[in-house]
Amino acid sequence: MASVKPRVKVPKSASAGEVITIKTLISHPMESGQRKDGDGNPIPRQIINTFTCEFNGQTVFSCDIEPAVSANPYLEFTAKVGEAGTFKFTWVDDDGSVYTEEKEIALN
Amino acid sequence: MTITRRSMLTLSVGAAIGVVAGMRSGPASATAEDAMAKVMEFAGGTEPATGTITLDAPEIAENGNTVPVSVSVESPMTADDYVESVAIYADGNPSPDVITFNFTPMSGEASATTRMRLAKTQNVIAVAKTSTGQVFMDKKEVKVTIGGCGG
Amino acid sequence: MKHQYLVTAAAIAMGCALSATAFAGGPVDEQLVIDGEIEMTTRTESVEGHPLDEVISGWHYRTKETRALEADTFENPAMLYVEEGQDIWNTVEGTEGKSCATCHGDASESMAGIGAHYPKWDADSGRPINIELQINKCREENMGAEPYAFDKGGQKPLTAFIKHQSLGQPVSLDLAEGEMQSWWEKGEELYYTRTGQLNLSCATCHENYNGYYIRADHLSQGNANGFPTYRLKQASLVSIHNRFRGCIRDTRAEFPAAFSDELMALEVYVTWRGTGLSVETPAVRQ
Repeated sequence: MASVKPRVKVPKSASAGEVITIKTLISHPMESGQRKDGDGNPIPRQIINTFTCEFNGQTVFSCDIEPAVSANPYLEFTAKVGEAGTFKFTWVDDDGSVYTEEKEIALN
Repeated sequence: MTITRRSMLTLSVGAAIGVVAGMRSGPASATAEDAMAKVMEFAGGTEPATGTITLDAPEIAENGNTVPVSVSVESPMTADDYVESVAIYADGNPSPDVITFNFTPMSGEASATTRMRLAKTQNVIAVAKTSTGQVFMDKKEVKVTIGGCGG
Repeated sequence: MKHQYLVTAAAIAMGCALSATAFAGGPVDEQLVIDGEIEMTTRTESVEGHPLDEVISGWHYRTKETRALEADTFENPAMLYVEEGQDIWNTVEGTEGKSCATCHGDASESMAGIGAHYPKWDADSGRPINIELQINKCREENMGAEPYAFDKGGQKPLTAFIKHQSLGQPVSLDLAEGEMQSWWEKGEELYYTRTGQLNLSCATCHENYNGYYIRADHLSQGNANGFPTYRLKQASLVSIHNRFRGCIRDTRAEFPAAFSDELMALEVYVTWRGTGLSVETPAVRQ
């Protein structure tokens, strides 16, 4: 793909104490380091190795990702919403690049 | 001996089984031990109990490149008692590590879904560790199929 | 049965056996509804002159996990490429300082339903034109931009984005236009021509044996209504001409160039076979 691009799906609003489902997807080849190129040389590993979801500055969920996760990594998890605020999503690439996305949520 | 198409088929199947058997006694079993070593390391010495955690993966994956996998652990998810993390391992991949989900009481539930790569038919293992020191494990075999024309 | 014998021989050649279990891998009886909103036609009575009574989308031949990926536009990984296509749509390129949007505006309006009627007759070139070639024609003639090489640059994402604007619309070609009928005939001939060391035609697998297993895989009718398609194997979008070439290659035959007369004729004919099916672009397959 031309560029690494995150997609996130968060409900626009929730009631206080509700557990919501969050889905995330990011375009990334997740080069495993196991493959070889046409000349038989190993293709170096380059993956998204960490993902974090924060809500109003506090960590809700995170994961440590290995090369066995598929290309265009998909993550689905839950969050308990106690107040209105902002979710911040962060993906860290092996090459040091950091991709972020933010989503607001309101209380019903 | 005249080789008919029928006997040719028998020969091919026999050869194929020989190849598979050869592979099974090779590095794959070492990886299975490696996966269990990873589980025990993650568990920190506690023998994993069954139940409480559910691993969901297809019985048959159409393609090993993209296999959906979900875990769910029963837990109150309060500050005093919550699931800290769930690790997923695959015992037939070049390396058993797949992913580790880290939860907090703000997660609300200890459940997560991702998509993983499986090099061949193998066991997928999920291990959960709670804030109270409990460890739970679930395991499921996923069969990985090969495309029709090798294409 | 001559056909059965030939397919079995081919399967042996591949070091495997075709399952004798009829329809264990047949189409599932389920309805595809995208995002719980768009009801898709994935099984329908075939058009007049079609050799099969019913046309069935490849979606029905896949496992429940793969089917679920297509039913949700968020979980469908190909939507990443559709979004990339949207960005390309709005990007100015070439000497004329134009983007697609400069002339065509909002694609959700200007392109709605368009992709369901391609390939069409192109009087200028005197041959059928598909979305990929239409994009290239526009780039050269109107934008002053280089045409995309096959499967390169923005070709796949932009094609997917344009066809996605027809999601749920029934596939329908106008064979009365220009010389479309004779290209259809050429395509039909190719469809039934056995090729390669395995001596297989398109029809061997996709007409005679759809619903059966080939090794551990299910053979579908090979309809084109979901292309460009996300294939789990490649973890990427796959174009229709790439798929044609892959299929022909797997018969151990020489395969024609993308957009060659042979493959354009085949695209016309295979697309026509799926007449009445909803456009599924981007579909998700194994």
